[in-house]
Amino acid sequence: MDSGRLYLAVGVGGFRRYATYRAATAAGIFTNTVFGLILVYTYTALWDQRPQLGGYDLAQAVTYVWVGQSLFKTLANGGGGVEGELMERIRTGDIAVDLYRPADLQLWWLAADLGRSVFELLARGVPPFVLGALMFDLALPTDATTWLAFLVAVVLAMLVSFGIRYLMALSAFWLLDGTGVAQMVMFVGWFCSGMILPLNVFPGLLGEVVRALPWSALLQAPADVLLGQADALGTYAFQLLWAVLLLAAGRLVQGMATRRVVVQGG
Amino acid sequence: MLDGLRTYRMISVMWIRSTMAYRASFAMTTLGNFTATAFDFVAILLMFSRVDALGGYTLPEIAFLYGLSSVAFGLADLCLGSMERLGRRVRDGTLDTLLVRPAPVLAQMAADQFGLRRLGRVTQGTMVLVYALATVDIDWTALKLLLMPVMILSGAGIFAAVFVAGAAFQFVAQDASEVQNAFTYGGTTLLQYPPTVFATELVRGVTFVLPLSFVNWLPATYVLGRPIPLGLPQWVAFLSPLVAAGCCALAGLAWRAGLRSYRSTGS
Repeated sequence: MDSGRLYLAVGVGGFRRYATYRAATAAGIFTNTVFGLILVYTYTALWDQRPQLGGYDLAQAVTYVWVGQSLFKTLANGGGGVEGELMERIRTGDIAVDLYRPADLQLWWLAADLGRSVFELLARGVPPFVLGALMFDLALPTDATTWLAFLVAVVLAMLVSFGIRYLMALSAFWLLDGTGVAQMVMFVGWFCSGMILPLNVFPGLLGEVVRALPWSALLQAPADVLLGQADALGTYAFQLLWAVLLLAAGRLVQGMATRRVVVQGG
Repeated sequence: MLDGLRTYRMISVMWIRSTMAYRASFAMTTLGNFTATAFDFVAILLMFSRVDALGGYTLPEIAFLYGLSSVAFGLADLCLGSMERLGRRVRDGTLDTLLVRPAPVLAQMAADQFGLRRLGRVTQGTMVLVYALATVDIDWTALKLLLMPVMILSGAGIFAAVFVAGAAFQFVAQDASEVQNAFTYGGTTLLQYPPTVFATELVRGVTFVLPLSFVNWLPATYVLGRPIPLGLPQWVAFLSPLVAAGCCALAGLAWRAGLRSYRSTGS
């Protein structure tokens, strides 16, 4: 089979797998909407005190909340992507089967994760955003180009997100039980991607550091493209740089892991 | 009841010993739990690097609300956090194993995979509460002092009821376990901010429908000497234990109804 078609099939499989659990999807939409509401009220209190905080006006800040809730599952910056399964396969030794397959390990899981991300974007991303737009005044662009530019940034964010989580999952080759690392990466990712507070509100040096880290490519970058706060091409360059670096690092670590580490179970 | 507590103790001790088999992972997950909640508070600190007050409340006052909400929620999560796994057990049929054992299902379910790491959240909440008590300006009276432990225990009771009711709901909803997160994690996040920040309808909802505001908003505004939300009289601050008992009773009924309606997967 032609390898492009193979990875496409894996991606479609990832999409369909997550599409199976309809009740879970509905539950997720509800939860994201509730969290969105809580954040909107706290941001409103914050922006009432300091209008134009971080260069956003209130409508932009509220829009940022709903972009965040919509991309939460897609970018899996709270966990829940394919990395959990990959770590479990490393722990149980099933990874040996994956390594036997005539397919590249990284590309295989990337395809599966992209399939998942696309499903989450459509099913868990669109509804909370629409609900948010119905309840509050959002600062949404009216031209199709900005929306398209936003979507490109979201796709690049998916790559960066996978790059981070793949590296994290590979740590299980050495640690076996990767729960602790997974949790740490998840919370650091949550904070540093701006899920709690937009990164442009972070003060001083801390702000400069978090805005340069790969996590800022996840939520802040696409949100700023949508809100017209950032130049699209510059944003893409930043995201691509991190995607390439992280995926290359993943490849390197994968090589080390498969060469050195004895799979559990002999 | 005693039987249930004994079961709970035995299973949770077993899980603690099993956790200790991977000590490094235990240390990291506990630290992770601590950090996770710490990031929430760091975000509040970052907000206060830009403003002096949020919804009219100062940083020590918000830390007070935050600490109370986190400790109450953390205690409930430590004791009953595993309940959210019920949907998975219903789906894969392993709940049947619990049904044939001669011990209460609720106790078995609550102690299943008992996570001592959840102490991380309680610790973080306690630290914020200590910071708040050291910095906030309160006219202490004997009544207010007494209200402190009552508030924390009642709050934990209210959140415990939410965990049990959420699990009961999963008998019906199965995959929809995430709905629970909106009320548990969502609830504790909501209560970390002052009630003045939120729309009146929302405050009404969490007072009269799902009485989360009895965890800290109503008693804590009394202790802080702030106006009680929704213009309610001061004595509502002392209703928390009654509300907690009522919630737990209702959650218990819901649990029974859920368990009775359970049909195993398969045939």
